[in-house]
Amino acid sequence: MELVKRLLSGDMRAAARLITHIENELPDAREAIRLIYPHTGKAHVIGVTGSPGSGKSTLVDSMITEFRKKDKTVGVICVDPSSPFTGGAILGDRIRMGNHFTDKDVFIRSLATRGALGGLSKATKDAIRILDALGKDVIIVETVGTGQDEVDIVKAAHTVLVLSVPGFGDEIQIMKAGILEIADILVVNKADRDGADKLALELTLMVDLGHEEKADQKWKPLVLKTVATKNIGTPELIETIERHLQYLKSSNLLEINHKKNIEREIIELVNEHLINHLLGIMKEGDFEKLIEKIVEREIDPYSATDEILKKLYSN
Amino acid sequence: MSYERKIRILVAKPGLDGHDRGALVLCHAFRDAGMEVIYTGILQTPEQIVETALQEDVDVVALSLLNGAHMTLFPRVRQLLIERNAEDTIVCGGGIIPEHHKPELIRQGITGLYGPGTLLDVIINHVVERVKKERWKIA
Amino acid sequence: MYDPQKIGLIAEYKEEWNNKFKNNVKQWSERKAEDDFITISDRKIKRLYTPEDINDLDYLRDIGFPGEYPFTRGVYPTMYRGRLWTMRQFSGFGTPEDTNRRYHYLIEHGQTGLSVAFHMPTLYGYDSDSPRAYGEVGKCGVAVDSLLDMEIIFDGIPLDKISTSMTINAPSIILLAMYIAVAEKQGVPQHKLSGTNQTDILKEYIAQKSWIYPPEPSMRIITDMFEYCSKFLPRWNPVSISGYHIREAGATAVQELAFTLADGLAYIDAGLEAGLNIDDFAPRLSFFFDSQIDFFEEIAKFRAARRIWAREMKKRGAKNPRSLLMRFHTQTAGVSLTYQQPLNNIIRTAFEALAAVLGGTQSLHTNSFDEAWALPSEEAVLVALRTQQIIAEETGVANTIDPLAGSYFVEALTNQMEKECYEYFEKIEALGGVIPAIKKNFFQREIAEAAYKHQRDIESGRKIIVGVNKYKIEEDELPAELLEVDEIAQNHQITRTKRLRKERDNKAVKKALDEIRRAAAGSDNIMYPILDAVRVYATLGEIIDAMKDVFGEYKEQPLF
Repeated sequence: MELVKRLLSGDMRAAARLITHIENELPDAREAIRLIYPHTGKAHVIGVTGSPGSGKSTLVDSMITEFRKKDKTVGVICVDPSSPFTGGAILGDRIRMGNHFTDKDVFIRSLATRGALGGLSKATKDAIRILDALGKDVIIVETVGTGQDEVDIVKAAHTVLVLSVPGFGDEIQIMKAGILEIADILVVNKADRDGADKLALELTLMVDLGHEEKADQKWKPLVLKTVATKNIGTPELIETIERHLQYLKSSNLLEINHKKNIEREIIELVNEHLINHLLGIMKEGDFEKLIEKIVEREIDPYSATDEILKKLYSN
Repeated sequence: MSYERKIRILVAKPGLDGHDRGALVLCHAFRDAGMEVIYTGILQTPEQIVETALQEDVDVVALSLLNGAHMTLFPRVRQLLIERNAEDTIVCGGGIIPEHHKPELIRQGITGLYGPGTLLDVIINHVVERVKKERWKIA
Repeated sequence: MYDPQKIGLIAEYKEEWNNKFKNNVKQWSERKAEDDFITISDRKIKRLYTPEDINDLDYLRDIGFPGEYPFTRGVYPTMYRGRLWTMRQFSGFGTPEDTNRRYHYLIEHGQTGLSVAFHMPTLYGYDSDSPRAYGEVGKCGVAVDSLLDMEIIFDGIPLDKISTSMTINAPSIILLAMYIAVAEKQGVPQHKLSGTNQTDILKEYIAQKSWIYPPEPSMRIITDMFEYCSKFLPRWNPVSISGYHIREAGATAVQELAFTLADGLAYIDAGLEAGLNIDDFAPRLSFFFDSQIDFFEEIAKFRAARRIWAREMKKRGAKNPRSLLMRFHTQTAGVSLTYQQPLNNIIRTAFEALAAVLGGTQSLHTNSFDEAWALPSEEAVLVALRTQQIIAEETGVANTIDPLAGSYFVEALTNQMEKECYEYFEKIEALGGVIPAIKKNFFQREIAEAAYKHQRDIESGRKIIVGVNKYKIEEDELPAELLEVDEIAQNHQITRTKRLRKERDNKAVKKALDEIRRAAAGSDNIMYPILDAVRVYATLGEIIDAMKDVFGEYKEQPLF
């Protein structure tokens, strides 16, 4: 495949086009992933999540600057929400990364969720693979940032950063809601504001508390302070990110997590495939009729499931 | 609601021109028309705009300029796209564009060229028509 | 303002009158839904206004007399019976030579003040030979790279006889220095200079977005200008606090009013913090508003603006009566001009100009009908000027002061706008003031939302624009001869600046620029080293860059 060949030779435009093919689920997209898959697995994938207004994009911008100082090539994927009403989206993260628009070693791509929940879009995982095959050393994935359950990022990234900012009042609340568990590094951004030290302390206490329960783990999430607009704290952040990768490698967790993620992905894919297949072999309207029957209490959900699965076996 | 094939459009403001009212309104309008919109912000060079267009693999670059420099900056964007083998990227423009400038811009493939007072629907239709015809090859 | 008993009777009868209609719904039905009788700013307008709508108005407290507190009726006791407003057409294009010729033409035809439009590179602090100026030289105004250009622009124009307004913001201090230096060469002492520099950087962050430095150093430059002007240029307005660009960016009438006055108060507070006496600089602050097409709302806006300003200045301890005066320039609304059926723009501009005059403006620019197409042609500029002259000389509206005062509708609208303006003041205060609100995109978001809503109302036909969404015709004819700036002129400008860099005393330039950096880093008034620098022909771009070294550059927080 021509596009794959170009991608593997480092052609940014081939990467851009392939991501479009993945997003639009064009027929050649799957073939492309098959061809590039052996060339993936080299990049360090970093997830950045946090509530709206926590400065994720600005922090990513500052992280790019630091990685570039170390001569690392960088890929960035920013995910923004699609409107549930029109399907349209304004992809506004990139504008905050304007310093790197013409750096040929930085590739930034914005994706809309297109209905996906969980903070990423359906194409994100494959987009990461494409940037990986393009040869980017580091791939930063910025999640939607609605402040809700954005836990999909752990399935896609090696190192997860969770951002919070002082002065929101409810930041700890959001943390408690589960997002804390996914953090490898907790970043208190806009740390030049009042209340930054207090927030950092509270987070540290929470981490300590949580960590006691999971004493088997050697990596204790670190709390770092940054002022992304001024590149303050970013060098230390990058160092910590790299240290986390070393830890993953030395503790074999890189491989273990990877396996877990693959397992999950395969189950999801098979699930999705099976459902599409089943709906495909059912006669037009049969599925709706079945649903109607359950609603009318003519049949129970389990029997309905059996009925559907029968078609699978008979086919 | 549909998450099928989406038009990806870059709304760009080249040159030294902070008048972004039209560009911001268009961003909202394109989104509400179901497109995925990327906005460059103001004060972009043609080089920055083209690099963004390529990385984002947009179908359309929509340029907005009200400072009179459209005869140099619009063609420059188009030229850079051609140099990067991206002549299939649609380039539209709008702003204060005198009638007698239009033939030359259109000759170079820069279309639309709508001025103040144009209804959003007219602009959206123009973009959709071109994308369907040139990018998706459907009549 | 009225006897409460009479108000009661009026209210009673009004209800009766209303009920009469209800009995005849069909015959007296209105031509659109009640909610659709709105101003351009989405303000709902009632069928009828009566004394009831202004029953808490106190004539002496709230309206008063022209030239007296609270100045609702006008800032001067004679207003246009004493002197007509200044007819000041904003212009400037191409090379300094082109602009100089246009100025001589305008003065010959009776224009009484000059107004300089600079090209984009000058507004953003780049010289014509900078790569960032590519394609933009002379496109939207005149190119000024150095004192040399200013000398050409004002060649043969006696600066002690004419007042000049310069639309320049981030680099304002440099252009003022150049103007003073041109006057020196003409032998005109600086205290005789009269005019205005726009200088309003706050509205740049909010709306027009030609900024250079972050807000804090920008405010410091402005207070340095205040101080210099209050010492040496008693007839110069160092800042023209501008609602025009805020409105043009899509704000409603109240947003224009509130954001502009909030900016004005921020400058006052900055001056006070810099240790200036309010009565030393407040009398020289002037304002600049838009006049949109919605006639009565605009007039109410102007009247409310004067009253609020006077009250706020009194609160801040101003003693000099001149500190309380809100003097303002008005320009008709550029955004109201349509590309379609351009001759209609002459009519729109005439109504907008009339609103400005009835609102008591001190000077006025009327737009040319072809501006939605290109830079205005000479013919179109002349029609625009004639529009003002017809209002002044033929219509008779200048015979009496504030003729709409006492109109139930206009007074009610004036009160309403004042009230809503204070609601915005409170919101801004809650965000920590104007600069923090800018950094939080408060104004920018409010304006963008209003702009989008307005556009959707046009698309849906809720708001009508003749020739755009109603009474359309097929057309494509060019209305008149259009003006264009040719490439040769651009090259001429670039060559001149390049040559200047070789021929001037570069040692002196370097020394002057170092002095600017030193002043910027410290607290000395930066006007003095800038004056020295322009005198030795340091370019605008060089002076801007020297200050950038110390002040840094502003980066906008994106809206999305």
